[in-house]
Amino acid sequence: MKYEVVMGLETHAELDTESKLFCGCSTKFGSEPNTQTCPVCLGLPGVLPVMNKKAFEHSLKAALSLSCEISEFTNFDRKSYYYPDLPKNYQTSQNYFNIGNNGYVDIVVKGKEKRIDIHNVHLEEEAGKLVHPETSGANYSLVDFNRAGVPLLEIVTQPDMRSVEEVESYMQTLRNILLYIGVSDCKMQEGSLRFEASISLREEGSNVLGNRVEIKNLNSMKAVLKVIAYEISRQSSLLDKGEDVLMETRLWDDVDSVSRRMRSKEEAHDYRYFPEPDLVPVWIDQEWIDETRTTIPELPVSKRQRFVNEYTISDYDAGILTDDKLLADYFEECVGLSQDSPKELSNWIINDVLRELNERKTNVQDFIVSPKMLVDLVKIKPAIGSSIAKDVFVEMINTGKTAPSIVKEKSLTQMGDVSELNDIVAKVIDENPKAAEDYGKGKKSALTFLIGQTMKVTKGKANPKILTEIFKEKLSAGSK
Amino acid sequence: MLSHELSANQIKEKIIKREITAQEVIEELFEWINLKEPLIKAYLCLDRDGAFLKAKEVDKKLDNGDKVGLLAGVPVALKDNICTVDIKTTCASKILEDFIPPYDAFVVKRIKEEDAIIIGKTNLDEFAMGSSNENSAFHVTRNPWNTDCIPGGSGGGSAAAVTADTVFMALGSDTGGSVRQPSAFCGNVGCKPTYGRVSRYGLVAFASSLDQIGSVTKDVYDAALLLQVVSGHDGFDSTSATVGVPDYISDINNVDGNLKIGVPKEFFGEGLNSEVGSAVMNALEIYKKNGAELIDLSLPHCGYAVATYYIIATAEASSNLARYDGVRYGHRSQLSEDNIIDMYSRVRAEGFGSEVKRRILLGNYVLSSGFYEDYYLKASKVRNLIRNDFEDAFKKVDCIISPTCPTPAFRIGEKITDPLQMYLSDIYTIPANLVGIPGISVPCGFTNTGLPIGMQILGKHFDERKILKVAKLFENGTDFHLKKPELN
Amino acid sequence: MDISVKEIEHIADLSRITLTVDEKNTFAKQLTNILGYIEKLNELDTDEVQPMAYATFLKNVFREDKLKSSFSRQEILELSPSSANGFFKVPKVIE
Repeated sequence: MKYEVVMGLETHAELDTESKLFCGCSTKFGSEPNTQTCPVCLGLPGVLPVMNKKAFEHSLKAALSLSCEISEFTNFDRKSYYYPDLPKNYQTSQNYFNIGNNGYVDIVVKGKEKRIDIHNVHLEEEAGKLVHPETSGANYSLVDFNRAGVPLLEIVTQPDMRSVEEVESYMQTLRNILLYIGVSDCKMQEGSLRFEASISLREEGSNVLGNRVEIKNLNSMKAVLKVIAYEISRQSSLLDKGEDVLMETRLWDDVDSVSRRMRSKEEAHDYRYFPEPDLVPVWIDQEWIDETRTTIPELPVSKRQRFVNEYTISDYDAGILTDDKLLADYFEECVGLSQDSPKELSNWIINDVLRELNERKTNVQDFIVSPKMLVDLVKIKPAIGSSIAKDVFVEMINTGKTAPSIVKEKSLTQMGDVSELNDIVAKVIDENPKAAEDYGKGKKSALTFLIGQTMKVTKGKANPKILTEIFKEKLSAGSK
Repeated sequence: MLSHELSANQIKEKIIKREITAQEVIEELFEWINLKEPLIKAYLCLDRDGAFLKAKEVDKKLDNGDKVGLLAGVPVALKDNICTVDIKTTCASKILEDFIPPYDAFVVKRIKEEDAIIIGKTNLDEFAMGSSNENSAFHVTRNPWNTDCIPGGSGGGSAAAVTADTVFMALGSDTGGSVRQPSAFCGNVGCKPTYGRVSRYGLVAFASSLDQIGSVTKDVYDAALLLQVVSGHDGFDSTSATVGVPDYISDINNVDGNLKIGVPKEFFGEGLNSEVGSAVMNALEIYKKNGAELIDLSLPHCGYAVATYYIIATAEASSNLARYDGVRYGHRSQLSEDNIIDMYSRVRAEGFGSEVKRRILLGNYVLSSGFYEDYYLKASKVRNLIRNDFEDAFKKVDCIISPTCPTPAFRIGEKITDPLQMYLSDIYTIPANLVGIPGISVPCGFTNTGLPIGMQILGKHFDERKILKVAKLFENGTDFHLKKPELN
Repeated sequence: MDISVKEIEHIADLSRITLTVDEKNTFAKQLTNILGYIEKLNELDTDEVQPMAYATFLKNVFREDKLKSSFSRQEILELSPSSANGFFKVPKVIE
C-alpha cells in the first residue's frame, strides 16, 4: 500500500545568554561538572526565579522572525514530571499563553517553495545532564546541573511536513534563521540545537491522521533524517501486516540506529500544568514589538532573493552565500569595496574561500583573508592570471600578507607593474606576428621564443611565469 | 521587671542606653529558656553560641560608639522554614532533618544587618501545613496558657516562645493564617503584611501565591518595628513589591481622620464561639467610643474561601514539594536503590508526614488530567470573586475587623483525625491570603478558662500603616497584651 | 464524588509517594470528605469570571543578563546524600 508520511518537529534551541534563565550562573558549555550552579538552579528550598531579560527578548525576536502572532499577555507555567536532571521536578515553561503562536517558515524543496506552519514558540528552562558510567555493571547514573536553567526556546510546527527533504530543509532554514537573528549558536555537537519528531503514516488520499509516534533524543539533523527513514519503514511494515501503530514515545538510539519504546511508566505523562506563581506575567505592547522588529536583520530567504536580483548571481550560488549570515556579510563587504565584479567575487568565495574554511575547520569571521584582501587579489588578478592568483591566495592564507605585497616580494618585483608588462607583451606580439601565429597553430616552442624576446626587452626583469600567463591570455584572446 | 518580660523595643532601648549589655540579655534569656522551654517545647534548635557571638559584636559596637541597627541586641526567633546559613532549617520535616542551607533568607539578612540576635529556630507544622503544630515531625509545642492545648499553627513555636518570653519577637510565615491564628491562640500580636511587601526569598515555599512572611511580637509597636526592618523590594523575588515602604513607627499613635471600620456579617455567623464573638463585639464598642464608625458589610464569597484555598494551596504545594527527592539534598532512603522511581517514592514516603502527604495527593489530584478546569481553574475564578468582595468593601471602609479564629485554642488531639474540621479553623484568616491584603491579630480578651482571644484587622493592599495604627489605638486603651501566663 | 483506593494509587504514583494499605484507605476517605466540601464551589456561576492566578498586580519583572559567581562545588555537593567525582549520584536511570 502507498502511504503518506505526516511529520511535525519540535525544536529546542538554547538561547545565547551570558547567564541562566533564572539566576546569574554561567551558561558556558563544557565546564567541570556542577561548577556552574547555585541554590536557584539547583532548586534548593526557599529559592525563587527572576527572569533573564535577554532570554525573553531573544524569544520575542525569534517568535517575530518566525512570523508568529505575539501574545499581548504571556505567562509561565509549571510542567511537572520527575527526572533526576530536573532540579525542582517541574520545568518552568509555557503552556497556556505562549510568547508566539501561529507563525510559519517558508522552505524551498526541489526549487518549490512550501510554507511550514509554526504552532507556537515558547520559552522554558533547560534541564541538567545525566551521565551513564561506562564501567560495566555500574548500577548508578551521575547528574551534572551546569546546564540546568539555561534558557531554552521551543519551536513547535504543525504536522505539515510530508517528506524527508522537507524536514531537512525546514531544519536548515530554521537553524539559519536562529543564527541570523543571533539568538542561539545552534551548535548541535554541544546540544544547543535538538529535535523531537512526530511521525505518522496514513493511506495516500486519506484525511484521517494515523497514530502518531513521537521520537525524542535527536541530537543532530542526521539523526532526525535517519529516524524518519527508520520509522517510515517500521510503521509501513506494521500497517502492511494489518497491525496497528501504537501511539507512543520512542527514543532514538544513534549507536544501533533503531528507535526504542520508552518504558510505559515514564511515558504516562500527566504534566499537571498550572501558572508559575513565582513569576509574574509579561505584557508585550506594540512599542516593544516594533522595537524588537528593528533588531531583526534581513532573513535568509529575502537575502537570497535580493542577491539574485541585485548581483545577478544564480539562485544556487545565492543559496550558498546566504546559508551562513557571516558568509553573506563577507560577500557583501567585498562587493561594497570592489564596486565591481560580484559574480567573480561570489565564485572566489564559493570555490576558494569555502574550501579553505572547510579544510581549516574555521569560520569566515576568523578567516585571515579579509574582504579587503580578497578584493585586492581580484583586482590584481588580470595582471597575474588566474593560476598565479590561486597561488597568491594560498600564500595570503599562509602568511597573512596582501596580494600586492606577495606579488612584489616573490622576486615578483617584476610583477610590480603588471600593466607595464602588458604593454611590453603587446608590443612583442606586434613585432613577432609569425611566432604569435605559430603559437596559435599549436606550436608551443613559439611561446618560449616570445618570452625570450620579452626578457631581452625587460632586461630579464620580467617573471617568466607571469609572462607565460599574460601571453597565454593575450594569444588565446587574440585567436578568438 | 525581669529583662525577658520587656518588649523588644524596651530591651533595645535599655541596651542602647547601656543599662544592660546585649550579652547580659542573652545570658538571662537562656537561663529563662532553660527553665521554660521543657514545658512548651517551642524551639527545634537553639543557637546559643551564635547568639553570644552576635551579642558581643553589638556590645562592641556600642562600646566604640558605632552606629547600631534598628534591632540592636534584640533576641529574635525564626520559624524553621526560613533559611539560615549554618543553622539547620528543617521545616519540621524528616525530609530536611539535617539540611543546613548555604544561604540566608532575605529577611534573615535584613535582621542581621539591623543587629538582631538570632536565638533559634521555632517549631511548626511540617512545611507550615497545619493549624495546631501537631504535624511537626519532631514534637508538639504546647500553648503556654494551657499546656494541654495547641499553640496554633503552623507557626505555633514562634507564638508560644514570644508568649513564654523565651524570645522577644519572631518571624513566621502566613499562608492561610499561620502567623495570625497562633498569635491569637497565644495572645500575641501577629501581622501578615501585603503579599509582596516582604521578600519570600529564602522562605521554604508552601503555596507560592499565598505565602507571606509575617511577625509575631509582644505588642503592636514591636510589630511596626520588625516590619520596618524586613519590608521592601528584593531583586531576588519576582513578586516583591516596588511600592515604597512608609514609616510605620513614628506616628503609630495617630489615627488620622474618621475611622470607618467594616464589620462583615460572614465573619460573625455560624460556628463562631460565643465568648470569642462577644470579646470582638466589645472591642468594636471600644473603637466606637473612640469615634470610629462601624459599618455593616457583606463579603458574600468568603464562605467559599476555605474550599478555594484548599485547591490552590495544595496545587501549589504539590509542585513546590516535588523537589524533595533525595538527589541534591535532604533525606535519602537507607533501603536498596535499584530504581530511581522507587527511590523517589520511598524517600518521600519516609520523609513526609501524613498531613503533607494528604496535601500533596490532593494537590496532584486537582491538577491532574481532566480535573484542572473543575478544580484549579474554578478556584482561581472564585478567588477573583473574593478579591472583588474586598475591593468593594474597601471602597466604603478603612479596615475590616473580625475574630481571628472562630474558637480559642483547642486541645491537643481534638481535631487531628478530622482534617476538614482542622481546615475550617482557618476560615477567617484565609481570605486575606487569597486576596493578598495585610492583616493583623491583636489580643482582645480571654475566655472563662483563661485562653486568649484574638481580633483580626484587615486592611487595603500595602496599607499596613493603617492597620498598625488601628491596632495600636485598641492596644493603647486595653491591657490584654500585657497579661502573662503562669507557666510552671 | 468518592475517591477510590485505585484513584489514590494513581495520584500517589504521580506524587511519587509509596503508600501503605492503611494510608490508601484513610486518604481515600479523607479526600472524599474534603472534595465533597470543595464541591460547594459549584454553587457559583463563574463562566464570566476571570481566573486570578497571582496575588500581585506586578508585571514584566526581569533581571539583566549578568553573570554572578556560582557556589563552590564542594559546598553544593556536601548537601547531597550521594555524590561521586563532582557529580550527584542516583540509582541507574534507564531510558
